[in-house]
Amino acid sequence: MSEKVLFAITAIFNTPDEIIKAAEKTAENGYKKFDVNTPYPIHGMPNAMKLGRSKLGFAALVFGLSGILAALLMTFWMSAIDYPIIIGGKPYFAFPKYVPIIFEVTVLAASIGTVVTMLFFFFKFPNNSHPLHDSDYMKKVSTEKYGIYIQADDVLFNAEEIKKFLNELGAAEVGEIYWDDDEVSTSPKILEPKFLGFLAVTAIIISGTTYFGLNKLMFMVPFNWMMEQDKALPQETSNIFADGFAMRMPVEGTISRGTIPYPYYGKPELAEKLMINPLDYSEENLALGKKKYDVFCSPCHGYFGEGDSKLRGQYPNPPSIHSEKVRLWSDGRIYHVIAEGQNVMPSYSTQMTREEKWATILYIRALQRALNAKESDL
Amino acid sequence: MQTVDYSQELAVIEKGPSLREIDEIISKPLETKPDKKYYLALSITVTMLMIGVVGLGLSFYYGTGLWGNNNPVGWGFPIVNFVFWVGIGHAGTLISAILFLFRQKWRTGIARFAEGMTIFAVMTAGIFPLIHVGRPWLAGYLFPYPNQHSLWVNFSSPLLWDVFAVSTYFTVSLIFWYVGLIPDFATLRDRTANKIKKITYSIFSLGWRHSNRHWQHYEMVYLILAGFATPLVLSVHTIVSFDFAISIIPGWHTTIFPPYFVAGAVFSGFTMVQNVLIFIRKIFNFEHIITLDTLEKMNKIILLTGSMVGYAYAMEFFIAWYSGVQPEQFAFINRAFGPYAWAYWIMVTCNVVFPQLFWIKKIRRTIPVMFAIAVLVNVGMWFERFVITVTSLSRDFLPSSWAYYTPTLTDFAILIGSFGLFFTLMLLFTKTLPVVSIAEVKAVLEDSQPSHKDH
Ligand code: HEC
Repeated sequence: MSEKVLFAITAIFNTPDEIIKAAEKTAENGYKKFDVNTPYPIHGMPNAMKLGRSKLGFAALVFGLSGILAALLMTFWMSAIDYPIIIGGKPYFAFPKYVPIIFEVTVLAASIGTVVTMLFFFFKFPNNSHPLHDSDYMKKVSTEKYGIYIQADDVLFNAEEIKKFLNELGAAEVGEIYWDDDEVSTSPKILEPKFLGFLAVTAIIISGTTYFGLNKLMFMVPFNWMMEQDKALPQETSNIFADGFAMRMPVEGTISRGTIPYPYYGKPELAEKLMINPLDYSEENLALGKKKYDVFCSPCHGYFGEGDSKLRGQYPNPPSIHSEKVRLWSDGRIYHVIAEGQNVMPSYSTQMTREEKWATILYIRALQRALNAKESDL
Repeated sequence: MQTVDYSQELAVIEKGPSLREIDEIISKPLETKPDKKYYLALSITVTMLMIGVVGLGLSFYYGTGLWGNNNPVGWGFPIVNFVFWVGIGHAGTLISAILFLFRQKWRTGIARFAEGMTIFAVMTAGIFPLIHVGRPWLAGYLFPYPNQHSLWVNFSSPLLWDVFAVSTYFTVSLIFWYVGLIPDFATLRDRTANKIKKITYSIFSLGWRHSNRHWQHYEMVYLILAGFATPLVLSVHTIVSFDFAISIIPGWHTTIFPPYFVAGAVFSGFTMVQNVLIFIRKIFNFEHIITLDTLEKMNKIILLTGSMVGYAYAMEFFIAWYSGVQPEQFAFINRAFGPYAWAYWIMVTCNVVFPQLFWIKKIRRTIPVMFAIAVLVNVGMWFERFVITVTSLSRDFLPSSWAYYTPTLTDFAILIGSFGLFFTLMLLFTKTLPVVSIAEVKAVLEDSQPSHKDH
């Protein structure tokens, strides 16, 4: 058996009065590395041991203030900067309504922060192995006795003297505690690889589950009745109808409300002659025309009507609408192309209202004029 | 009749047991095998829990259409139960934090237990808002986290404040509870011979050595936590009351709600603690630790908060009349004499009339009677939430949309399940952790503190 290293001399007392006296005397004699172990906190002990006031209050203050600040910044940034949205006619950053949030975050931060500071800073957690553990001394002080010990590394340490001193104070028992072989150091174990590994694993597990929960689990819907409905969707096949399509044509001879059927199918000359653009050049009409042109026409004709299709050859390129032919067409003739289509160009009669078609034509005229400006435009 | 001399401060713990006896009494439930009665009780509560699980399962599968909630009454049972259970939790924090700040020594015997109740009650309460949203797996949206919609939560909504308040409350209560348990884990660690228990207790005791250098910080932390928990507990039910008060529904839109809700919460919480403690002290022979004096003091608090609640009921009527606002007046007349009059009068008798019996000392000190009163108060407080939630919603401004709310069987199954969950957790708690704080009780024993004779 190797030589055991002495950790401390211990003494057990029977009453709280004795222990408080013992603590006072020990402190008076100039011992620094001693401690009192009692099953419950004894009033007046910090004074007797000459300990200062606990500084945990500062920790609470610091964490509390950080909580306030964090919550203020969070609510401010989220609701006034990142996604400003007016709610209930209040300003983006409406302080009063954030007070409850700020309060709760403050309490949360301060409570967690203070307790963690106590455990890690003042108790030096994870110093979970300590020579006192599992000793007879510990078993007694954790139930009914009052113990004091003076550590062997105290500058004034002298085993014989201390034993005599403790006996004089009326100790019921005086004993010695030795280090276990594998724990001969009280240096904080917070930097031990094992503990750091433990922290890392905890961190990974927590962040992993949070990520999984918020980004994956939430979208693994257990039942999805709302998505699975007994109805036919557009573009689906359906075996109810003979043609196998889910989409139906309107009943023959009917038109939908508000529609005025186009009367000149197959008769471009009549359209050319008889139809007049009812709209005039206003900013609104041009804006509407531009919008519709960009949506419906620009994929093939290009934004400026030069036939520079965006479809990269997947569809025959249309001719330019700046050609003399189209420039000399009346508005009604262009209307005819939109309503009926022309060769490979499909009809837009159902996609656009009459007004939208006329507005688009105004816009086309504006485009044409831009490339072939008259002298008066200069 | 037993007479008590109130002129002297009573010993908190009767009969002066020794420190070792305290350990033994308190840790006995943890060291002995549960008996038949325990299993019987557990089987009942687990059955209740299972009924709730079935109710929840059906609701998830078929949707919330299984509940009685209808068009004007969108809140129904889930919110009634939520407010009820959060309220139950409040007594725990009141006992452990507020009475601690007031240096009420009699709290030591019941604090741990009441804190445990807080945690379980908040857990139970938390279920209801989650299921009430209909698709509980989307609950993650309640928290502001960077999501793929790049949207944040609505900080103006009291429902969101609730999320913050209740989750903070739960976390802080849990921390408070755990900090209180550390020294007891150490004591248990040093007592037990069982290997697995020893390892478990060692881990949870965090190397606690009963050192007075540690006790000093420990007491400070306890004080700080109590200082935080006190405004916190007041804020939680205040915010719960905002869920109602911030809306414009007649009968909800009143400034009296926050204090009224907090008083009601403490009221119902204390009765629940009292009910359960009566069993605990009997079953585990804690009669000397949780004394009749303690129960009497709790009854006094029940009387006080009960009277406050009664005052609030009266004040609501007064303000409705005094404000001259017609819908408000209608809402209250409708409460007392409308279709839900039965619920209203159950509430008034249970909450206002019965607790007044506690003015009589004999009743305050007779266990069966006070038990019965406390049960009635719990019933009454549940009905209070029912009355507030349902009567106001079922008849709001527009008579054409009025409707009567009838809960369904599924609603009741979930309600029963919530009691099952709460009491199951409670039972498991009594067998796994010390239900009375060993260290705190020791500290208030007679002769446990220095007499300062030499000063
Ligand atoms: C799917 C592609 C496509 C779209 C979209 C399209 N067009 Fe055409 N367009 C064509 C093609 C191809 C031609 C040439 C047809 C032919 O061979 O006669 C054409 C011809 C025309 C002509 C006659 C030009 C001429 O010289 O004969 C006009 C006018 C015209 N389109 C206007 C429009 C307007 C207005 C729109 C928007 C409502 C539009 N087009 C949308 C492909 C398209």
